[in-house]
Amino acid sequence: MPTVGLFIPCYIDQLYPRVGLATVDLLERAGFRVEYPEDQTCCGQPMANTGCTAEARPLAERFLTLFGGFDYVVAPSGSCVAMVRCHYDEYLAGRPGFDELKAKTFELCEFLVDVAGVAQISHRFPHRVGLHQSCHGLRELRLAQSSELVAPAYGKAQQLLQLLDGIELVTLARPDECCGFGGTFAVAEEAVSCMMGEDRIHDHETAGAEIMTANDMSCLMHMAGLIRRQKKSLRVMHIAEILAGYPV
Amino acid sequence: MSHAPLAAQFIADRPRATWHDQTLWFVRSKRDKAAQALPEWEELRECAAAIKAHTVAHLADYLEQFERAATNRGATVHWARDAAEHNEIVLRLLQQHQVRRLVKSKSMLTEECHLNPYLERHGIEVVDTDLGERIVQLAGEAPSHIVLPAIHKKKEDVGRIFHEHLGTAAGATDPNYLAEAARHHLRQKFLQADAGLTGVNFAVAETGGIVVCTNEGNADLGTSLPRVHIASMGIEKLIPRAQDLGVFVRLLARSATGQPITAYTSHFHGPRPGGELHLVLVDNGRTAILGNDEFRRSLNCIRCGACMNTCPVYRRSGGHSYQTSVPGPIGSILAPARDPQTHYDLPQACSLCGSCSDVCPVKIDLHHQLLSWRRELAQLGFLSASKRLGMQAMSFVFQRPGLYRTAGRVARWLVPKLPRALVYNRFNPWGRQRELPEFPRQSFREQLAARRRRGQSHER
Repeated sequence: MPTVGLFIPCYIDQLYPRVGLATVDLLERAGFRVEYPEDQTCCGQPMANTGCTAEARPLAERFLTLFGGFDYVVAPSGSCVAMVRCHYDEYLAGRPGFDELKAKTFELCEFLVDVAGVAQISHRFPHRVGLHQSCHGLRELRLAQSSELVAPAYGKAQQLLQLLDGIELVTLARPDECCGFGGTFAVAEEAVSCMMGEDRIHDHETAGAEIMTANDMSCLMHMAGLIRRQKKSLRVMHIAEILAGYPV
Repeated sequence: MSHAPLAAQFIADRPRATWHDQTLWFVRSKRDKAAQALPEWEELRECAAAIKAHTVAHLADYLEQFERAATNRGATVHWARDAAEHNEIVLRLLQQHQVRRLVKSKSMLTEECHLNPYLERHGIEVVDTDLGERIVQLAGEAPSHIVLPAIHKKKEDVGRIFHEHLGTAAGATDPNYLAEAARHHLRQKFLQADAGLTGVNFAVAETGGIVVCTNEGNADLGTSLPRVHIASMGIEKLIPRAQDLGVFVRLLARSATGQPITAYTSHFHGPRPGGELHLVLVDNGRTAILGNDEFRRSLNCIRCGACMNTCPVYRRSGGHSYQTSVPGPIGSILAPARDPQTHYDLPQACSLCGSCSDVCPVKIDLHHQLLSWRRELAQLGFLSASKRLGMQAMSFVFQRPGLYRTAGRVARWLVPKLPRALVYNRFNPWGRQRELPEFPRQSFREQLAARRRRGQSHER
């Protein structure tokens, strides 16, 4: 049985354990052995995105040591996987095992579709769902077709959600606009960040969504913060929770 | 003031910020429809990027070829190292011809060089003849967008400005009425002008010709009536051959406004009979960008403005919040190259969503360049002490898994017990409009370990 090294982003480990557990369930149900390297912490993206490469470098090096030995590496986050696949070159290019690491590191939905070949999910999810396209999954990992490009449409998260019995995916006015989280952007540009988040929420509400989902909990954490402050009824769930059949 | 507080000011008038966002999103949507109508769109983008990469790699040769060809056609070519030289050249030309009134069509380069105030200080009347540019000129402002200079003005604002400066009826907001008033006003200016200045969209090395794209025909009026035509261009405006124009003209207007082509695409090959054509080629920092592997591709830019229209930050913060002649994503790359001291904050005014890179007709990897700028600027010492210290502390903790686990456990135990005022205050920008997540008692790793222990005991 192939072994997946489970890569759980730091904030999911600390704040959203249910998302991690749902990821384990999905991978095990798909027939993989799941190992969680205990010494993992953070991939270094916050430092890299702030321009602090010296602070990001040791974390990239730790990542290669911790995850280099698995058959696959899977994370329930497009953003953190994009850090490894698209931005680790700066720190690890030429290191033994790095090219292999990039080739075997996947975002969860991408892994379920492209590697595990998941073609059916047995449970029902009778809800109106809005799919928020997280930017790094969309435009770095190309998990779906971005609306700017003139090319055939596809979407891996959407493909999986549509396997659920009873689900209704709503149509958004702006199919893939950024929610405004953006890491330190969320606090450094607080006003713009919150307006972007509110506009995304409004789009989902107008489309009639009961639940907003995404590949990345960071986007949802930001929007859930706005939703809870404004006491709105829209719920957020990470896509792993929905696919694993966890209750709303 | 840096971008973030100016953006917050813009957003403080929320209905206006929403209107600004929706207006520009409408332009982005028009662009999408226009692009989708061409099945070969992505091929065109590839082609345009390749032509630009080739041109920039052989720029010196193409510039010389252009100079020879343009000179052969009777134009005079001037070289300006920087903005000051550009302005001096233009002023000297105007003084030589005793020009007192100059009409200008759209030129972001002259905005970059701050030509208008320089000429006005020397007693020359400068009239921007692009309607949007005229509106902001009358308002005493700078353009807030490179294609739609007055996009931040509502028709009510334009009515007030025209009432004050052009004597239109008080309270008038009808766009047709206001445009007609501007037309009459500008016709007078065209007739009175002693010289016309235009920008340049494309300069063709092979032919020595230049191409100017407008929707109002103002470049044509401004160059047909006066005898002297000055055209100012950045040295990156060059393309090798006339046949390359087809690629760029097809991309430009579709990307900019969703039109298949601009209403006027004017080709100038040397001066008209009896006239003079002066071409001022400006470097102003472009060679330095050319010499930098990381940022060279930013010279591909054809100034279509699509990255502004798609940028979720630009749409909600307005062009003026960038405090640079070219705002938005491309401006945030170009400005720090010219002056990092002033513009170091701009690459952070971005959520790294990447929409700009996908919309760009010449395939500039804008969001990756913005990320590269963050690194460069941090190395140059332009990162705030609080951000740097925060990142150093995070990195320290993340390199020590035991410390990370303990810190997490303490935070998850402590924060929910704190009084609300200690968590939500002015030191916590996250919490100004947002709740923090609900902290779980156990982390994922603790829950997984517990589950696996239970699972194993079941098996036994």
